[in-house]
Amino acid sequence: MVRKTIRTIPQERALMPVQDPDIRATNFDEVALGFDIEAAKLESERCLMCPEPACVEGCPVKIDIPGFIEKILTKDYRGAYDHMTNATMLPAVCGRVCPQEDQCEGVCAVGAGTGLEPVAIGRLERFLGDMAIKEGWKKSTHIEPAPFKVAIVGSGPAGMACAADLAKAGCKVTIYEALHKPGGVLRYGIPEFRLPNDVVDAEIANLDALGVEIICNTLVGRLFTIEDMLGDMGYDAVFIGVGAGTPYFMDIPGENLNGVLSANELLTRCNLMHAGEFPAFDTPLGLGRKVAVIGSGNTAMDAMRVSKRLGAEEVHCIYRRSEVECPARAEELHHAQEEGIDFHWLTNPVEILGDANNNVRGIRCIRMELGEPDKSGRRRPVAIEGSEFDFEADTVVYAIGTSPNPILGQTSTIGLNKWGYIDTDESLATSLAGVYAGGDIVTGAATVIQAMGAGRKAASSIKHYLRIRDSDVVYTPEEHGFAHSLFGIDTDEQNFVRIRQI
Amino acid sequence: MVTSRFPIVSRTDFSETTFLLDILHPTMARAAKPGQFVIVMLDEHGERIPLTIADFDRDKGTITLVVQAVGKSSRQMQADCQAGGAIYAIVGPMGIPSEISNAKTVICVGGGLGVAPIYPQARAFKEAGAYVIGVVGFRSANLMFWEEKFKAVCDEFIVCTDDGSAGLHGLVTDGIEQAIAKHGTIDEVVAIGPPIMMRACAETTRPHKIKTMVSLNPIMVDGTGMCGGCRVRVNAQIKFACVDGPDFDGHQVDFDDLFSRLHRYRAEEKQAMERYSDSCRRLIAADAAAAQEGGK
Repeated sequence: MVRKTIRTIPQERALMPVQDPDIRATNFDEVALGFDIEAAKLESERCLMCPEPACVEGCPVKIDIPGFIEKILTKDYRGAYDHMTNATMLPAVCGRVCPQEDQCEGVCAVGAGTGLEPVAIGRLERFLGDMAIKEGWKKSTHIEPAPFKVAIVGSGPAGMACAADLAKAGCKVTIYEALHKPGGVLRYGIPEFRLPNDVVDAEIANLDALGVEIICNTLVGRLFTIEDMLGDMGYDAVFIGVGAGTPYFMDIPGENLNGVLSANELLTRCNLMHAGEFPAFDTPLGLGRKVAVIGSGNTAMDAMRVSKRLGAEEVHCIYRRSEVECPARAEELHHAQEEGIDFHWLTNPVEILGDANNNVRGIRCIRMELGEPDKSGRRRPVAIEGSEFDFEADTVVYAIGTSPNPILGQTSTIGLNKWGYIDTDESLATSLAGVYAGGDIVTGAATVIQAMGAGRKAASSIKHYLRIRDSDVVYTPEEHGFAHSLFGIDTDEQNFVRIRQI
Repeated sequence: MVTSRFPIVSRTDFSETTFLLDILHPTMARAAKPGQFVIVMLDEHGERIPLTIADFDRDKGTITLVVQAVGKSSRQMQADCQAGGAIYAIVGPMGIPSEISNAKTVICVGGGLGVAPIYPQARAFKEAGAYVIGVVGFRSANLMFWEEKFKAVCDEFIVCTDDGSAGLHGLVTDGIEQAIAKHGTIDEVVAIGPPIMMRACAETTRPHKIKTMVSLNPIMVDGTGMCGGCRVRVNAQIKFACVDGPDFDGHQVDFDDLFSRLHRYRAEEKQAMERYSDSCRRLIAADAAAAQEGGK
């Protein structure tokens, strides 16, 4: 085969249709419609099949990207899906919500200094994930049962990934979820127009097929403690993936006025409780006509775009830094701008103004300028004295980040760091033997794929802790003479064969 | 995926609008402590509503909820939740348990429905060796409940009614004043009831400098600390009632703030209620029509 070069590949990305901005701003249907087979093949042609692919290193779970793309090119879609899902549990989710520009696509050779766009890896991943859901593909594996019970706390992406890996290792896995539906941030946080609920349901059905039990309505810490799980409840190991979740407020005057709420509250009411369909659903939302969202991360983008879809006439974004520092995904920012959201860069609220009935009537903001870079390398915003101005709004949404949820800290002896996140070592082990933790509750707010990566890493550590053979680990060959082994099998291992492809 | 159902073991009606449910949930009955609450959802279209755990029975494996039918969800609960039935979702126990301090003399105040959740606290204080003065208040004698049960865990028991139809003619604050006048030294007052009553209790004890704990009831969604819908101002700081409370020092709570935030969804609550009443009327009319047809 003639080696492909930058010049021989299709120069333009294959077209992915999206809903028209004017129409989509009024509905909750998915914005990005995904590749069809033709587009997927065309886009796959753009991959250079690098011998040492940077994209794989850029992926937090190290998907063999050229490997699955090669299979798409030979029209072996099922093979491509099976190959890809050796590394990822949630392709239909991660293909949609990963910040690929900072991960796999950010280091793709096609996009590196050539002026071309990188290969649309995320869209290809999503294409396969969606095809699997549509065709009902399941990875049929024969799982050899292991005599271990593992409990997972939280059913978000970290917990789901960890549960899947441990179920494949034969463990009896139970996920405990506090809300009445599983999925964590995939359910209550990310709105339908970015991640349809049936995609989340399909991924949960995959867990179900692996024999994972999900028990909702269970608040670990209060109903029983982590210590109870290791004790009376008889779990051999526990993984904590409860997310960060507790929203920050700024503690400026007027914050307790009616009409001020966290993005978490807005998104939970809308995504989980269907407040947009009130009164057919019982949960109200009380969104006003002029909505101001403070912050400009992905959560802020979601809150703004949801507000727009729920009928707000004006939606404003207030961010203290400039567009360059905007932490949201480039695609989300672009979509939000297309949908008519007003961005106010270098602006910071100093007070929320109320009327006689304690409802929000406006925000007092101050203009900012960028000063010297701080420790994180970002230029620190500094208020411009005397530049205050008032701004009309009837709803103010805070999306300025989250802090760790206090419940586990209140109810267990598990070690926390000085910020209140769970302290773990390199292997994600906590201060309690057999208890591992990962995702936002360890690192602070991050991405879905990073949480999944942490879940998988913890699963690997748990397998090691339980002395189950880990199919991801290359075991060193036995020493000659069988000194430490029985017929060439490591005597430390309690289980030998775990997964057999059938 | 396991979707649990939570069976209703028994139901007792106290009045036209108040009723009690015993719900089977052995794990929760084991874990629950005085002062904690649950979040309940009636069906898939329902909202998540917080209800205080009024009592728990570890032997029977039940928890007790006392409900007043005031809006759409609680009215629906009154109509639909019968013994033998089940609840779609119930999660808890939530919140930090009440601190049963070493107070030697304590006044436990329950106003209206608040009598139910204050009962396990009075019992816990009694078990801890305190001298317990129970003060309960109702609008009128026909709304009273748990009188004997409550009395049994108290050293003194003062009933107050707004209309004087039973016990002391007056508010619970009159009962508190009476107890303070009699005993002089009171170490702690614990008050649960409508917010306006809890504020009145806090104002009654403030000049006497008696520690007063109240159980706040702001609007909640998840109850796990992830949304901040239940935030309250205590000692000029933001606290989330679901994870930092629901008990707070009554002398430090900003009650005005709590009142105004409780009214946040008044219009929507009214709308949901009207819509529910309408559909109930239609249902009754349809039932009546069907019955008539059947008779023909």
